Amino acid sequence: MALIERYQKTTEITYWEGEIPLNYIYTVGRAGERFFREIMENGRIIGARCDNCKKTYVPPRIYCEDCFARLESNYVEVSTQGTVHTYTVCYRAMDGSPHEKPSIIAMVRLDGADGGLIHFLGEVEPEEVQIGMRVEAVFKEKGEREGSIFDIKYFRPIK
Amino acid sequence: MGLRRVAIVGAGLTKFYRRAQETPKELAYEAAKMALESCEMRLEDIDCVVLGTAPDAFDGVHMNGEYLIDGAGGKRKPYMRHYVGGGTGVLSPIHGWFHVASGMFDTCLVVAEEKMSSCYPHPAGAFLTIFDHTTEQPLYPTLIWIFAIEMNRYMTRWGLSKRDIALVSVKNKKNALDHPSSQVAAEITVDDVLNSEVMAWPVNRLDVSPTSDGAAAIVLAAEHIARRVTEKPIWIDGVGWALDTSYWCTRDLYYPDYVEVAARMAYKMAGIREPDKEIHVAEPYDPFSYKELHHMEGLLLCKRGEAIKLLVDGVTQRDGNLPCCPSGGALGVGNPIAATGLMKIIEIFLQLREEAGKRQVPGKPTCGVAQAWGDLMQVGTVVVLRR
Amino acid sequence: MEELITKEMVERTATGLSERDIREGKVITTTWKPNLRYGWDNGPALGRYLAELKNGRIIGKRCRKCNRILLPPRMFCELCWRPTDEWVYVKDTGVVNTFVISYIDWKAGRIPKGQRPFTPAVIEIDGASPGMGILHLLDEVEPEKIYIGMRVKAVWKPPEERIGAITDIKYFKPY
Repeated sequence: MALIERYQKTTEITYWEGEIPLNYIYTVGRAGERFFREIMENGRIIGARCDNCKKTYVPPRIYCEDCFARLESNYVEVSTQGTVHTYTVCYRAMDGSPHEKPSIIAMVRLDGADGGLIHFLGEVEPEEVQIGMRVEAVFKEKGEREGSIFDIKYFRPIK
Repeated sequence: MGLRRVAIVGAGLTKFYRRAQETPKELAYEAAKMALESCEMRLEDIDCVVLGTAPDAFDGVHMNGEYLIDGAGGKRKPYMRHYVGGGTGVLSPIHGWFHVASGMFDTCLVVAEEKMSSCYPHPAGAFLTIFDHTTEQPLYPTLIWIFAIEMNRYMTRWGLSKRDIALVSVKNKKNALDHPSSQVAAEITVDDVLNSEVMAWPVNRLDVSPTSDGAAAIVLAAEHIARRVTEKPIWIDGVGWALDTSYWCTRDLYYPDYVEVAARMAYKMAGIREPDKEIHVAEPYDPFSYKELHHMEGLLLCKRGEAIKLLVDGVTQRDGNLPCCPSGGALGVGNPIAATGLMKIIEIFLQLREEAGKRQVPGKPTCGVAQAWGDLMQVGTVVVLRR
Repeated sequence: MEELITKEMVERTATGLSERDIREGKVITTTWKPNLRYGWDNGPALGRYLAELKNGRIIGKRCRKCNRILLPPRMFCELCWRPTDEWVYVKDTGVVNTFVISYIDWKAGRIPKGQRPFTPAVIEIDGASPGMGILHLLDEVEPEKIYIGMRVKAVWKPPEERIGAITDIKYFKPY
C-alpha cells in the first residue's frame, strides 16, 4: 500500500492549532552594558579597538573576531556622525499593514569605526537619501533614555 | 578503520550560573579562549570549529549556531553545528573527532554553550515543545513528568528506595565542592534530599540538577600535532552515538537501550571487552539522581538493576574502584544543557592527565568514559578516552 | 596537586545575576514576546485518530510485518520501515505502565495549595500491542492509591464538547 493516500474529501484534511508560549528577556552582556550605558548617560557611542588587527568594532564586543584577542580594556569613543553605507525604504509593517509614512532604515558607518549601526533615518524624505550621505545621531532627552537602541531616535543628514 | 588518531590537547570552562550577565557569544568566547590558552594555541592554528548548543528555544535566538560563530572563533572557517539536546556535550567531541580523524583537518576547536536564563516564564517551559504537539502537548506536560515517570518505572522494576537513590545527589553535590565552575555544590544528607520539596513524585527538588548558563570548550589535534603541543595528549579511542524513537510511550523506560547501543559502538572501537574492569573512571550523565544509575547500567559498567549496589557500597565514590562523576556532575556543578556533557569530557581529560586538583581520583587512571543523554529520552552519546 | 583549570581562572569568566537584578533594571535588558503560532498538519493517520476520538473511539493501525498494533496510528512502522496496513479499533481501557504525582506545572510553577496534583501516566491500551502506551492524565483516584498495573478506563467529554483532540478524553480513572 502506498504511503501517500488520496484524500476523498477536503474536510478530511485537518490540522492542529497550537502555539509555543514562551517569551524572552535578554541581557545585553558585558560589552553591551558599557555600550548602552554610555548612550543612556552620556550620549556617546562606544566601540572596541583591536590593536593587532587595527579594527574598531561598533557595537563593541569583548573579543576580536579575527584574532580572538581580549578587547575589554580597549573601549574607545567613536563619532556620533557617519556615512550612509546602504539603506532601504519600508512601506509595510511586519504584519503586512501599510505604514502611515514610509520608514527609512539605513546602515550607518560611523566615523572612526569599522562597524556601524542599523537605524532609522529621520528629518529627510526617502527621495533625498543617497548612499554616501553624511548623517549624525539624534538622541532622546537624557531623562527619556532607557538603555535601548531607541535612545537614539534616528540619524539625520548633517546640514 | 583507516582513521587517524585524535587527541584532546586543551580545555576551558566558564563558571556556571543560574543567570549570567554575559551574552551567549561572550560565554562561548570565554570558554574557547581558555581552551586555546591552556595549550598555547592561537585562533589561526585552528583549522575548523564545531559548536553544540541545544534547543534554540532556550537562548531565544533562532539559528543559534550561526549566531554564536564569532564567539566560538569560527569566522570564515569551516564550521558546523550539531545538537541532540542534553547529549550534545558528548556529541561535540565526536563531531570534532571525525573532522580530524578523516584527515581533512589537523586541529579542531569544539565549543558547547547554553544560556537558558533568557527564557521566560521558565526555561523548563521550553520543553513543552519537545512533546508531540497534537497528542501530548495539549496535556501541558513538563520534562519533570517524564523523568519522574522513568524514575518510577526504574524504581518499581528493581524495587529501589528513594533513600538509596538520594545517595547520588549527596555524592555529586559533595564532589562539586571542589569544582571551579560549580553552581550548586553543597554538603547535604540523604534526609535533606528526602525532605526537599516534592516536585513530581518520586522526584524531589534535590534530586534535580539546576537550570544553568555556561560554556565549555576543548581543542582537538591529530597525533603529529598533539605530540608537539602537549606532553599529555588524551586520545579519543572510542566514540558511539545512537537515538531511539520519539514514540517514547512505546518503550519500556526502565533501561536505556540507546545508551547501550552507543556504548557498544564506542567500546568496540576502543577494543574494550570488559567495561566494568577496563574503565577506571566514568562520567555518566546525571541530570537527575536516578539517571546516574540508569546510565551506569546502559554503559555496561554493571549488570541491570545492580548500579544501586555499587552506589551503596561506595564503589562510585572518588576513592572507590569505579569513581562516577568525580566532577560533581550536573547535580553538583550545574546543567547548561549542551555544555554539561562537554564539562564531563573535560573532567575525564583532567583526571587522566592527573590535573584535576582536589577532585583527582587516586590510582593513576588511564581509561575513562563520558556519556550524555538528551531529547525525549532518546539519545545516548558515549566517548572513551585513554592516556 | 596539579590543576589545569583553576577557580581563579573560572571566576573571571562570567558574572552571576539574580532575578531581582533583572527586575530592578540593574543590568540592561531587552524583551521579546514572539508570536509563535502554528497549524500542524495532522496527516492521514493522526487525522483519523483525532476524528475517531471525536466519535468516542480510539483507533490504531497494524503493521503486518512485526504484527504490532500501533497507537497513535502511524502511516509507516518505525521499526520495520514500511507502510502500515489496516486500521484497528482498540478499547478505551488499559493498564498503568508508570505514573507521576506532580506538584508543578509546565512553567515549573507550583500548583496552588489544596489543588489536586497532576497525575499523568503512560497507559497501555487494551487491544493495542503489549507495551503500546499513550500519555494521559489520571483522575478520580487519590494519588497515593495509584500503582503500576492498575486497570483504568477513559472518561470522555460529552459528545457535543468533543472537537477531535486528545483532550476529548478528560482523563482515565480506575475501574
